[in-house]
Amino acid sequence: MMSRSMRGRARRLTEFVIERLLFVCAAGSILVTAGIILVLAFETFEFLREVPITEFLFGTVWTPLFSDKHFGILPLAAGTLLIASIAMIVALPSGLLTAIYLSEYAPPGIRRIVRPTMEVLAGVPTVVYGYFALLFVTPILQSFLPGLSGFNALTPGIVMGIMILPLVSSLSEDALRSVPNGLREGAYALGATRMQAALRVVVPAALSGISAAAVLAVSRAIGETMIVAIAAGQQPRLTLDPRVPIEAMTAYIVQVALGDTPAGSLEYRTIFAVGMMLFISTFTLNLISNWLRERFREEYA
Amino acid sequence: MIVILALGLSACGGDANRSSTGAGSGVITADGSSTVFPATEAIAEEFQKANPGTRVTVGSSGTSGGFQKFCRNEIDISDASRPIRSSEVDACKAAGIEYIELPVAYDGLAVVVNPKNTWATSMTVAELKKMWEPAAQGKIMRWNQIRSDWPDREIHLFGAGVDSGTFDYFTEVINGKTDASRGDYTSSEDDNVIVQGVSGDENALGYFGFAYYEQNKDKLKLVGVDDGDDANGKGPILPSPETVKDGTYRPLSRPIFIYPKLQSLERPEVNSFVEFYVMKGAPLIREVGYIPLSDREYELVRARFKERKTGSMFSGEAHSQMTLEQLLTR
Repeated sequence: MMSRSMRGRARRLTEFVIERLLFVCAAGSILVTAGIILVLAFETFEFLREVPITEFLFGTVWTPLFSDKHFGILPLAAGTLLIASIAMIVALPSGLLTAIYLSEYAPPGIRRIVRPTMEVLAGVPTVVYGYFALLFVTPILQSFLPGLSGFNALTPGIVMGIMILPLVSSLSEDALRSVPNGLREGAYALGATRMQAALRVVVPAALSGISAAAVLAVSRAIGETMIVAIAAGQQPRLTLDPRVPIEAMTAYIVQVALGDTPAGSLEYRTIFAVGMMLFISTFTLNLISNWLRERFREEYA
Repeated sequence: MIVILALGLSACGGDANRSSTGAGSGVITADGSSTVFPATEAIAEEFQKANPGTRVTVGSSGTSGGFQKFCRNEIDISDASRPIRSSEVDACKAAGIEYIELPVAYDGLAVVVNPKNTWATSMTVAELKKMWEPAAQGKIMRWNQIRSDWPDREIHLFGAGVDSGTFDYFTEVINGKTDASRGDYTSSEDDNVIVQGVSGDENALGYFGFAYYEQNKDKLKLVGVDDGDDANGKGPILPSPETVKDGTYRPLSRPIFIYPKLQSLERPEVNSFVEFYVMKGAPLIREVGYIPLSDREYELVRARFKERKTGSMFSGEAHSQMTLEQLLTR
């Protein structure tokens, strides 16, 4: 009797310890996230005490490291958006078409080859993509696009599009495949061809899932760092011309972090302010993507 | 057996001989300019080959960073791409640190354009200033704004990052004030980025150390620089080992220095390293892309070192109108 209750107590104690341990692990990631947000918010706040927020958000010149200082983030934001748009122009159509093919047309054998290959594409380190863009793609583009600079927005945009292609296609494919088969069969029953069923029934039915994939891809493109730091240049310039050197938000952070800007100075705080902007935009996009996915799930739950 | 013994003995003998030449064992610490780093590093390598047992550690925390450590008595030798500033002179004095100022080579700053650029073969200092001064920001954007017969095309500028000694030097001699520069250009501490940018862009112009030009000759084209002073060469002058050395490539050439600490020179290994630097450094310096001093200048530098002449020749100014030879004999 006695030993039994002791064993029971010991077991309860172990359970208790394990539960707490698991809780600490789970709490750890939340605490780290909270810590990062706090640091970002604190440094951004300190930054905004010296630089009016209107200048930061709407200024058109960004030269915080030079003697004539301007803190308008628009040139950096324009650079980021320009590259992300080019990436989406590349990734969205081809990713979606790949997904439609894989989910609606491809025989299982081909699918078994294509999917892992695309995952390899997703596993290439981004620094490799960066040098691939700078040293391989740019010279090729220059041979038929006169006026294209060695550093420009076009190449990193295209290469980034290739990089996020697997993300778009595999998430879209998941969305397409989770459309209930009854819908397809219904379409066939009404005499639809395979293409009609795919494009007019399955794709619209999976649209919120596909949008979620697209939004997530935009978020990834905005946060991507190495490709733009290597191949796009380091010149904050407010332009939509994809042929000239520009600077993206992430590339600016890299540039300052690599130099020896003294900690605590205003120049140093700029990277937190820029980081905050990045965080807000990717966080918002991720929320939208989640919301879209939830909605999609509800439709067929 | 006997052979091995003999070998062992001769090896010992060799070591004994070497240490008797003065180096001994120990660690020599040098730190400072990233521009001077390749030169000191190359010489340190050769020196360590000749003196096993002696280690030379070479850092590259920048000229200012080097002097900070130097005046805090943390290193034996400070590498500098400009003369010591008066604030640094004071800091060293307060810490009781004495030093010998030894110019070891020249470095030229090259202004380069793309090989397909047919128009910009030379520029005056005033034109460079118009292109790079802070007031140019957002305004001087096209080549024909510099010279009206140049094409109506965008200028894409590439230059040194704000943390580099090259930036300090270029802004001072071209724009008239250290660190005064326009900010809308591709700035990088990594000279390879500038090479990459200019070599891939017809509308580009950039500047960096002459050593980097020499390694990338085939991808870049030099721009001659005219300082408007006919006394040191008429018209635009292209940088070359000769024009940098004879002082006609002005103002974009500068001497680079080492500052050994007087107290450290009492250690035989430091003394022989510095001696090695000024006696045998020239060919190594040439190899890493810098331009050695003239024979006469080296002689004067060696004399300065032998006499243990402390202090700076420049009285706190970053550059002087006088040539190095004039300064050394003053």
